[in-house]
Parts: sequence; C-alpha cells; structure tokens
Amino acid sequence: MLVDTLSRTFAALADPTRRDIVARLSAGDATVNQLAEPYAMSLQAVYKHLRVLEEAGVVSRPAGPQPRSVRLELGSLDLMDGWLEQARRRAEERYQRLDRVLAEMEDEEPGP
Amino acid sequence: MTHIEADPHLPIIRITREFRASPARLLRAHTEPELFARWIGPDTLQTRVEHWDARTGGSFRYVSVRDGEEWAFRGCFHEIRPDRLVQTFTYEGDPDGVALNTLWFDELGEGRTRLRTQSLVDSFESRDSWLKSGMEVGLQDGYRKLERMLSNDAG
Repeated sequence: MLVDTLSRTFAALADPTRRDIVARLSAGDATVNQLAEPYAMSLQAVYKHLRVLEEAGVVSRPAGPQPRSVRLELGSLDLMDGWLEQARRRAEERYQRLDRVLAEMEDEEPGP
Repeated sequence: MTHIEADPHLPIIRITREFRASPARLLRAHTEPELFARWIGPDTLQTRVEHWDARTGGSFRYVSVRDGEEWAFRGCFHEIRPDRLVQTFTYEGDPDGVALNTLWFDELGEGRTRLRTQSLVDSFESRDSWLKSGMEVGLQDGYRKLERMLSNDAG
C-alpha cells in the first residue's frame, strides 16, 4: 500500500533524535558508535532509531568492512523536496490569483 | 517567485512572495470577505463566506464548494495590525488540527510589499500530511522514486 510506505518515511522523520541523525549523516557516513556519542541514551536505543530509519528507506548500512557505517539515502529526502515543491506550486497559483485581485483593486480605488 | 521552506526543528512551513501592491492593499485582500473569496481558491472551487468579523479578537468561517461537495474552514483573527496578521485556522473535517498562521507585510517601497507567512501546526505528522495533500500526481511520482530508492538502484 503506497500511502503506508510514504507514511513510514514521514513517521521516521517525525522524531527529533532521528531528524538529528539524518542531519548529521547529511555531512557524511558515520558508524553507529559515532552517531551514538552525543546522545544520553543507550547504544541499544540508537540502534532502535536506526532500525526505524532503515525500514523507512531513509538510511542504509551497506555491507562492508567492519565496523559498518550508516549512509543517508538521499532519495528519501528528494521525496520531501518533491512534496515541498508541490506545496510551493499550490501557493504560487493562489498568489497569482491574489496578484489579479490586487490589480483589480487598483482599478476600483479612486485616489493617488 | 514563491519561496517555501519546512523548518527542520519545528512543525512550521514558511512561504515568502513579493507583490506589486502596498501593505494596506494586501491587508485588505486578506480581511475584506468579498476580496478574500476572489483569490483563496483553488480555481476549481467556489468560496462562500458564512461569517466574517475581521477585527482583533474576531472570527471567520467560510465554505469551499465543488459539485455540491463542501469543505468548511474557520478560525480567529487573533490580531490585525497594518504590518501583521495573526490567525488561527482549522479545517472542520479535522477539528483537532489547529494551525497558527502569522502573516507579515514588509513594505519594500515603490509600491511593492513582501508577504511572509508562517504556519505552525501541532505536529510534524500534521505538517507532512498537509504537504502530501492534494498531490495525486506528485504522490505517484514520489512513490516511483521511493520504489527505486527501496530497490536500491537510485543514483
């Protein structure tokens, strides 16, 4: 079900710790230990957050030399950008109608 | 050119756009019901204003109509100033979702005004579902992208 998949992506990004992890991964890959360092939570809790992000396709842990590093899947953020762009377009269409109304007001207003 | 951003830390959407009009005229287009109904849209809908008291502490209710189907919206004019408008906003189909909208009218001179809007909702889920709304086409595109991403062949 497509909406479920999309909802999972957004639910994954709805948590401040997970958003922070994503923000830090946008600067480059990191190991789980590196990611866990700034947080006052157990390594287990960080793994749990990573699992949510992984299941939503936001991050991946490509097989490779140990320790495996965590990688941000940029495609998931493109999706957010796509939705922002849609919202931007909706606002622009509304504002073009407002442009017309403002121009009509000028014609209706007497004065300077 | 409309600029939009989703705040990474708060469930906020910000939109900025310049207009060829004075702040006073832009404010009237937001506070006079017959003017407001002419542009709020979308194009495919008719807007019927049911109640409108555009004063600090006043309230509004309007209904969007398409082919007999209706969607009602209401809120309060929390504060109206020459350079700033603060409103609450609720879609009656989701009465628990209340947005706090602030609009700033920045005078740029030469008859131009920059409109800055900020919409604060109560959760990231609400914000993101709003971003997803009305996007059948975008959703399909997004889904295709997600499919590609999940099957790991995204570049």
